[in-house]
Amino acid sequence: MNATSCNHAKEADRFTADQPRVQWHDQALWFVRAKRDTAAHAVEEWEQLRETASQIKRHTLARLPEYLEQFEENALRLGAQVHWARDADEHNRIVLRILQQHGVHKLVKSKSMLTEECHLNPFLEQHGVEVVDTDLGERIVQLRSQPPSHIVLPAIHIKKEEVGQLFHQCLGTEPGATDPKYLTEAARGHLREKFLEAQAGLSGVNFAVAETGGVIVCTNEGNADLGTSLPRLHIACVGIEKIVPRAADLAVFLRLLARSATGQPITSYTSHFHGPISGGELHIVLVDNGRSRIRADRQFWESLKCIRCGACLNTCPVYRRSGGYSYQHTIPGPIGSVLGPLKDAKKNYSLPYACSLCGSCTDICPVKVPLHHQLLTWRGEIVRRGLLPWRKWLEMKAVSWVLRNRRRYQWSGKLARWAVRWMPRWMLYNRLNDWGKSRELPEFPRKSFRELYRNRNGRNQ
Amino acid sequence: MQVGLFIPCYIDQLFPDVGMATVEVLEKLGVQVDFPIEQTCCGQPMANTGCIEDTRPLAERFLAIFRDYPYVVCPSGSCVSMVRHHYEAYLAGRPGFEELKRKTMELCEFLVQVLGVERIDARFPHRVGLHNSCHGHRELRLGAASELVIRPYNKVRKLLESVDGIQLTELDRPDECCGFGGTFAVNEQAVSTLMGMDRLQDHQQAGSEVITAADMSCLMHLDGLIRRNGKPLRVMHVAQIFAGRPLPGSPQATSLAK
Ligand code: SF4
Repeated sequence: MNATSCNHAKEADRFTADQPRVQWHDQALWFVRAKRDTAAHAVEEWEQLRETASQIKRHTLARLPEYLEQFEENALRLGAQVHWARDADEHNRIVLRILQQHGVHKLVKSKSMLTEECHLNPFLEQHGVEVVDTDLGERIVQLRSQPPSHIVLPAIHIKKEEVGQLFHQCLGTEPGATDPKYLTEAARGHLREKFLEAQAGLSGVNFAVAETGGVIVCTNEGNADLGTSLPRLHIACVGIEKIVPRAADLAVFLRLLARSATGQPITSYTSHFHGPISGGELHIVLVDNGRSRIRADRQFWESLKCIRCGACLNTCPVYRRSGGYSYQHTIPGPIGSVLGPLKDAKKNYSLPYACSLCGSCTDICPVKVPLHHQLLTWRGEIVRRGLLPWRKWLEMKAVSWVLRNRRRYQWSGKLARWAVRWMPRWMLYNRLNDWGKSRELPEFPRKSFRELYRNRNGRNQ
Repeated sequence: MQVGLFIPCYIDQLFPDVGMATVEVLEKLGVQVDFPIEQTCCGQPMANTGCIEDTRPLAERFLAIFRDYPYVVCPSGSCVSMVRHHYEAYLAGRPGFEELKRKTMELCEFLVQVLGVERIDARFPHRVGLHNSCHGHRELRLGAASELVIRPYNKVRKLLESVDGIQLTELDRPDECCGFGGTFAVNEQAVSTLMGMDRLQDHQQAGSEVITAADMSCLMHLDGLIRRNGKPLRVMHVAQIFAGRPLPGSPQATSLAK
């Protein structure tokens, strides 16, 4: 439409052009979805857990300022240092300042979608800090200079052959190697060095507990633990929506998170950080970056309940076939399509339309974000703000005008059915007909239902 | 019992036999069917594009046309869901709207819940794959969605199972979206097509001869792909199976056509 907006359908074309890859991508993610189903179905009270989690989140968001203050107080008491960042820029500057104060020029990071959202890596690199992502998937995309394509499985779009090639170039592994075990070992050796050299570790946070001041980080590789215990300095970056009131609430969320994300009963490592390690420092950066605005939004505030489990991506039939990059937003998939326009409605106007409204995301979400309803609500907003391409807008106006009058509707129907029956194929199937690019049109019948019905009743009477 | 028959615009114009089959099924069960001729469309295409102001007059028409019927029955889960779940924005507080929401029902739902039908008196000796159309499945809850941890049930499937001679096939992904999605089918043509092709593949591996659904729109999309790609599959709306229609293209059907 215009230079500042991205069009999901166009971006998707790049991914869908390679059909075997689409199929492979779809199946890899469906495999995760199936694992999730098995894990969820093993928990009898699953639906109750979802409801409870949703209630806790609703409650917490309603009283967020109080819980944030309580969290700060308790975190300080435990000896952590707490920083508040209004936006991405302030967050990045705070992190840089902490690093500079400690003379850090080598940083290891574990997974954090928040720092992706803030574009922290390029910012730090510009200021002379070497940043190494230590989550295997994140490291792979980092070595390829790509962003993650999924919020839990950052390199899900990359095949093992491609990883082999990449590692051969970057880490000196055997050419043509594809054995996942061999490649993982190589990455482990490479990362081990980075861990040892690092002067600071940065992690994301899954939950921050108000009543204790502790932060909880869930990983499967233990990289967050190594990265925050070898160096003396740990920076934990937290979106303000990650607060939960009580430690007991973790019993609800931890059961839901890993099952929803990967189908594991629990992540391999669930690390609780209560204050700094002895002789070290723990800095907690609480980041708003638009969250307060979303919280105040009457229509979309529930999107803040999200715990970033990725289940809605895995189940989304569009995401699985269009790939993470087609969304052109840090967070792809259903939740990204709600959050994207909240960040920039003009740029991301097409995301709420990248959805068949199947509703699978809404049913799978462990915290009951009403995802497909929010996407539909967004469409209304897009139109209200005049962001829908004018041709589509006009089409709908015309269709609505026809449908508002029975005779107009009947005549238009008759005319269309007649025309389609008589039109030669080249007139029906051309580049103007998006339906017909890959599908036959239905066979247009001579008589409509209402005509048949009238005839029949006429005869009966 | 009298019902107002709500036939979605695309069924009226493109699939008249689905409407006729619906009438026959209801009448056979003793229901008095009335088709108010003023009806056109529920407004879903506009609503799903976000064109709220272009939907409003259609919602208002719908209420005026159907408000006096004891029940409104429709052979499309998606259009029923539009009335029940999405008219709120246009009609909240209007006299008759709360009742309209309660009494507007999808065909299978009406058969099971209101008429208490347990057996369909029809014969269809074929291998049939049920496509659980999303809006009927996840908004009207015609069946238990695979995402939810609840007791399994499926009203459409239950009725189909009672048809004489029918063999229902088992899919790998029993409730994945077919990719129709209204204007999605053209806005996101490539992804929509891939989704549909995957459904066809699943039905083929399961051995379906016929794909059926409670929504003709999904079937229109799937049939378009079937015919373009020469797949050995057919589509039929559930009402057509319930009404005893033969398999399209079968010798029986051809002799009827003559
Ligand atoms: S919206 Fe729900 S399903 Fe999607 S990532 Fe967030 S918590 Fe998971």
